[in-house]
Amino acid sequence: MERRTFLKIGAGTAGAMLVPVFGNAIAAEEMLTSMPVAAKKALADTALNAATKAGASYCDVRIGRYLNQYIITRDLNVENVTNTESAGVGVRVLCNGAYGFAATNDLTPDGIAGAARQAVAIAKANARLQSEPVRLAPVKGVGEVAWATPIVKDWRTVPIKDKAELLIAANKAGMDAGASFMQSMLFQVQQQKYFASTDGSYIDQDIQRLWAPFSATAVDKASGKFRSRNGLSAPVGMGYEYLDARPEHKIKAAGGVATLYTKSYDIIEDARAAGRDAKRKLTAKSVTPGKYDLMLSPEHLYLTIHESVGHPTELDRVLGYEANYAGTSFATLDKWESKKFNYGSPHVNIVADKTTPGSLGNVGYDDEGVKTKRWDLIKDGILVSYQATRDQAHIIGKEESDGCSYADSWSNVQFQRMPNVSLQAGKKKLTPDEMVKDIKKGIYIVGEGSFSIDQQRYNFQFGGQLFYEIKDGKIGQMLEDVAYQSNTQDFWNACTAVCDERDWRMGGSFFDGKGQPPQISIVSHGSSTTRFNGINVINTARKIG
Amino acid sequence: MTILTQEQTKHICDRVLSFSKADECIVTVSGSRNGNIRFARNQVSTAGLADDTNIAVTVAFGKRQGTATINEFDDKSLEKVVRRAEDLARLAPENPEFMPAVGKQDYKASQTFNAKTAAIDPEFRAQTAAYAIEACKKNKLVAAGFFTDGTNFSSVANSNGVYGHQDQTSLDFTCTVRTEDGRGSGWVKRSASDANKFDAREAADVAIEKALRSVDAKALEPGRYTVILEPAATSELLGYMLFGFDARQTDEGRSFLSKKGGASRLGDKLFDQQVNIWADPWNPDVPVLPWDTENLIARKRMDLIKDGKVNALNYSQYWAKKKGVQATATPGNIIMAGTDKSTAALIANTKKGVLVTRTWYIRMVDPQSVLLTGLTRDGTFYIENGKIKYPIKNFRFNESPVTMLNNIEEIGKPVVIGGDEVPFQMLIPPMKVRDFNFTSLSDAV
Repeated sequence: MERRTFLKIGAGTAGAMLVPVFGNAIAAEEMLTSMPVAAKKALADTALNAATKAGASYCDVRIGRYLNQYIITRDLNVENVTNTESAGVGVRVLCNGAYGFAATNDLTPDGIAGAARQAVAIAKANARLQSEPVRLAPVKGVGEVAWATPIVKDWRTVPIKDKAELLIAANKAGMDAGASFMQSMLFQVQQQKYFASTDGSYIDQDIQRLWAPFSATAVDKASGKFRSRNGLSAPVGMGYEYLDARPEHKIKAAGGVATLYTKSYDIIEDARAAGRDAKRKLTAKSVTPGKYDLMLSPEHLYLTIHESVGHPTELDRVLGYEANYAGTSFATLDKWESKKFNYGSPHVNIVADKTTPGSLGNVGYDDEGVKTKRWDLIKDGILVSYQATRDQAHIIGKEESDGCSYADSWSNVQFQRMPNVSLQAGKKKLTPDEMVKDIKKGIYIVGEGSFSIDQQRYNFQFGGQLFYEIKDGKIGQMLEDVAYQSNTQDFWNACTAVCDERDWRMGGSFFDGKGQPPQISIVSHGSSTTRFNGINVINTARKIG
Repeated sequence: MTILTQEQTKHICDRVLSFSKADECIVTVSGSRNGNIRFARNQVSTAGLADDTNIAVTVAFGKRQGTATINEFDDKSLEKVVRRAEDLARLAPENPEFMPAVGKQDYKASQTFNAKTAAIDPEFRAQTAAYAIEACKKNKLVAAGFFTDGTNFSSVANSNGVYGHQDQTSLDFTCTVRTEDGRGSGWVKRSASDANKFDAREAADVAIEKALRSVDAKALEPGRYTVILEPAATSELLGYMLFGFDARQTDEGRSFLSKKGGASRLGDKLFDQQVNIWADPWNPDVPVLPWDTENLIARKRMDLIKDGKVNALNYSQYWAKKKGVQATATPGNIIMAGTDKSTAALIANTKKGVLVTRTWYIRMVDPQSVLLTGLTRDGTFYIENGKIKYPIKNFRFNESPVTMLNNIEEIGKPVVIGGDEVPFQMLIPPMKVRDFNFTSLSDAV
């Protein structure tokens, strides 16, 4: 599920005592420094040696320095600029068949060795309650290697003034076009992650991510009605170059109802469109409930993929490790073992992939030191695999981990998180405009809205940002108050067409939540525009008081 | 954890303030120790302890503001963090909505600290997990759960003479019990600041009973039902609704409390007469800090809904000044008035209805009407002639808490519920509500 961290950040911007999220506030110039790799290796070896000496049969060490910058604007004002840093080490061990974990921000040899010994002590205590020893899939040590997000422009080098001015310009464009209020933000992340393990790996990674969300709200005081339209950008595993909009990265939605973006983003253009759309929504036609053929744009479908395929194919959920919080999964082992469970129609081919450049989940190695890869989850509609970490691989007969381990900070233990999970493009040539021609009674949905799914990832309800009526092969008027309900298997089996690779692009989530204590993760989901026949649409308009 | 006493934090605050050359300076000194144990598949999966201490300094030159933090406490470090905040403030753009630091406040202490909770150790946590795991094994059930406890301190001060210091403790336990065949699931949640009020055995037994009773759920047609909503089923719905009590959003026309023509619904009777909801930092069951951590304004009892009427809105300092009213402290807790009736008594008074243990994955569908969607989970039962008749399949609902609080038939005894996705400690009663809108069925167990 996507947690509400984003809202909390947004809500906490007005006060003088804003406590920075994810770390300690630091000065801008400190963001460009990093610890020398040799120093990290020496510290990691200290932990590995201390853990082994204390009795650990396996140990991994993650030395992390997480840098974030948030810029938050409201209308024509900059409300907040915050640089944060969080640095420390997390040590995970196996001892007597059980895990132990300890973390400290004391990056001295004594501090790190102490954490390693504490992790071993916790493992020994947990071993008494362990009915089955932890079994790790083998990983061959890779020695000293490095990986970095391929970026063109490091956000840390761009002056804050330029970024703030861009956001204010976007807000102004939205307000000039009809929005009564605008709020825009810029989230920028750099993670310096060093991993070492007793397998013989020393992996140094530099990871960059960026997201520029905004919201345009139009208010009609006379009628008391208000409506919002959010930005159509994707959070990305890229540098600041994503905000240098290029014409070749713009495409038109079916019927020309919106401009959409691929490898770079024109925030000012999108804000202007959002201001106009928010105002139009005030007078859009309220949908008549019933069955419709839905044509879902990738900017919308990514979240449906995330909730109805990404989460249920997480092996830890299937096994019950998330039963108390995020839930379990309807995609049980027997369905996978049958090799004939129709998760979707034959048009549905869904892959897991942590190697796609520009995606949020793109890293060279996961947080267990496993090299990342791409594999099938659903092939021609059949469930063929799950997402596994080292301690789960043997359960589904895999000889290696899928590289799905992730922790959101050095202070949290790593565990199974979904990779990028994407619907592959259709094999037949098909554009969104061609797709519309065959639809008699349908709705075209662009952008993400409200989302909710049950704890086994079956019954769901999704809204959206922009809704357009499709009548007799043509896109018509704007609709409002639209949400669709289905269950995962029925929905994916109702998939009748997928546009080809020319239309394929990614959306993504910055705040996917799971685990106890809760951790957030980042993940992208790609697709082309996709058609689903006969889906139940409800009208969400209500009157109160 | 470095537990700092009031004397020590006062000294740190005074030193920080003395180093500042800015127009004003605000300092927070805080520390926390959080322990946890997580279990699933009838065994412990992870356990940990995390410590943290921090000093945050915010300074302002005119309308330019900067914040910096540090976790070292010597004079040199304190001076460094002040200089860093001052450097950031000089670089920051002017904020036209900047509000000066508050003047001296009267913080009346609340009882947020409990020694027994502070003394919780790994053995206590392991024992809590063991109660659930052993009882489940005995009943051929599978336990998954999480226990977490925290001890922390917070000191605040500013250059206008504000100073406050308080220690806090808390604990939270959730446990899901499932049958081995996955056909039944029960859940329980317990929150407290006082460990004396927490009974792990009692809690585990509730989840076990629900799991055993929930097997072989029947399908009921979606529709409008009289429901008995346990406190965990309504807490998040109420939390979502209370976000809309912001005066600025209301005045700007983008809250459900905005009215046609630009006015607000302040004073309108929008809920059933029985509905009384307020915030009170000194409530003994859900005590919270007597100051708002964002603006340091002293919290007071705040009646948000009185006898069904919208009684108060939250005013930020900026909006209060613009409107010529007093700024308010953001509530830290939410208390809803109830009766002495147990949930069992509410069931006994019900001819036909649905009992809901908890709700799940709640999201805003339409902020105009606070229409929320979500699902029931881990124990949904059909009631007939005052008794639980049989378990039923889970439902998705599409309902507004405003409508829900208008359709109240009966209210029970409030219990403490810690927030999950809403940042409040809550004291919420079970409620019997008519015409609750279930829109589809879920096969999920």
